[in-house]
Amino acid sequence: MSQSKPGNPTSANAAASRSLRQIVGRINLQQYVVYFGFLAIFLFFAITLGDNGFLSIRNLSNIVLQTAPATILAIGLVFVLSAGEIDLSFGSIVAVSALAAAVVMNEYGMVAGIAAGMGAGLLAGAINGTVVAFVRLPSFLVTLATMGLFAGIARSMTNLRSIPVLDGDFAGFFGSGSFLGIPSLIWWTVLAVAVGHFIYRETRFGAHVLATGDNPQAASVSGIKVARIRLYVLMLSGGLAGLAGLLYAGRLQAAKYTLGESDLMTVIAAVIVGGTLLHGGRGTIIGALIGSLMMGMLNNGLILMGLSVSDQMIVRGLIILAAVAVSLREKAR
Amino acid sequence: MSNTKPVLSLKDIQKHFGAVTAIENFSLDIHPGEIVALVGDNGAGKSTLIKIISGVYAPSSGTITIEDETVSMASAEIARSHGIEVVYQDLALADQQSVYMNMFLGREITNKIGMLDRKTMISETQKLVDELDVRIPSPHATIRDLSGGQRQGVAIARATRWAKKVILLDEPTAALGVAETAKVEEIVESLKRRNIGVLIISHSLDQVFRLADRVCVLRRGQQIGIRETAKTDKNEIIGMITGLQQSDAA
Repeated sequence: MSQSKPGNPTSANAAASRSLRQIVGRINLQQYVVYFGFLAIFLFFAITLGDNGFLSIRNLSNIVLQTAPATILAIGLVFVLSAGEIDLSFGSIVAVSALAAAVVMNEYGMVAGIAAGMGAGLLAGAINGTVVAFVRLPSFLVTLATMGLFAGIARSMTNLRSIPVLDGDFAGFFGSGSFLGIPSLIWWTVLAVAVGHFIYRETRFGAHVLATGDNPQAASVSGIKVARIRLYVLMLSGGLAGLAGLLYAGRLQAAKYTLGESDLMTVIAAVIVGGTLLHGGRGTIIGALIGSLMMGMLNNGLILMGLSVSDQMIVRGLIILAAVAVSLREKAR
Repeated sequence: MSNTKPVLSLKDIQKHFGAVTAIENFSLDIHPGEIVALVGDNGAGKSTLIKIISGVYAPSSGTITIEDETVSMASAEIARSHGIEVVYQDLALADQQSVYMNMFLGREITNKIGMLDRKTMISETQKLVDELDVRIPSPHATIRDLSGGQRQGVAIARATRWAKKVILLDEPTAALGVAETAKVEEIVESLKRRNIGVLIISHSLDQVFRLADRVCVLRRGQQIGIRETAKTDKNEIIGMITGLQQSDAA
């Protein structure tokens, strides 16, 4: 294929092999950047921190446990970005949902608490989605505004107080417990990734999300209800933020307005590095999982290296910048 | 030719936008396996007419009949359900999706449990592009990696997959080079064998005379006349387009 001489662009064969080369070239670099990055960072920490406990099973499983909420938020964001929208408010929704769950649970029990947390997330997502889909405002501005709105609601709900989660079953189910010897947070991560991947890849809804983000006009004339797709992806993002809120509340056995606050940058970075396009039409759930694990590993390794919090932020910012630059540059072609 | 019943029949179609008359009194029959060209200067009302037939605009008055059944094209979906497909000028393809997903855009095939049936969609796509001789690397190819002619081929193949009665082509070769135009014309030509009625908008009279059985001329929303391409020539058509020749009705 590489031996065919240039200069005969009209021949179908040459055109075919050229586009095949383009496809192969793009897939290699674009879709798999995250796997190389993951491996590189893992090897780096394994070599430099091998004696410091980085490679211990306990530490490695800790990384997975700590990234569970971010991974679940990342799944929602893959859908939102793929549909050509963005959600900046999911961090604030996490706090609102966790607080709603904690307050209601302490009063009315676990089931009511779970319903309140999930309900709050879905409602917040529905508010985003309705304004974006039917008032036709750009999601960037809408969710920028609701990010502040929901953060304010989270703060006023309990007057900045932290609410303890007293229900032991809940903590076991969503946080510290385990099932068949595997921690519940890992179960939730696996479940969310599997279901998310299935819906994204194997259903008409997933196909319509991609078409909507790729070319809304084409999707629309093909009979896809693009407004409804936009509503649904933002509701999904809100609902998953609700689930992430429950996981935080379960693990920490408390809810506070600061939950989810620092997830925005991490989750966006995980999703973009994972191979999802910022402007829609293409994405991957598995890539987002790997991206999220990579961000968690980075956090963990930098702490083990003994970096101060401010140094950690600087290094993390630089690495995210580099990773995003690599993955986006490949996509621009 | 008029032995067969028309597959699509437009009668006294009018369209007003407020006080502006976009189409006045347009009537046209399209028969199965026939290619009719719609020509006219910019602003003559060609695209408006396509939008009326495809259900994007509702006509102010007049009737649309599909095989003896008078229908109201209240929406694009209704038009599609009547077997009418449009290939848009600006290519309604999703660039980053594969050829086969575009072929089934909005009408994806699923299996019993609601999963996308990629295998069927891929094999149907392959079959169709082979039949129409659209040369693409594979049904898996991403639209963005295809040439303009290949994309237009995919768009027409998609319309062919779904159109049972009529395909509307809005300047299908406007953005293409010479070789690609020839290829697309070949594909359009092959639609005749499928007994589909084709209405094609074109700015190229050479193309019109190569492809069409009849040509219908519009000028400022007025239907100037319909000619059989075998019985007319370019000069007459140009005269009709520019207004040197008055409307048949006048």
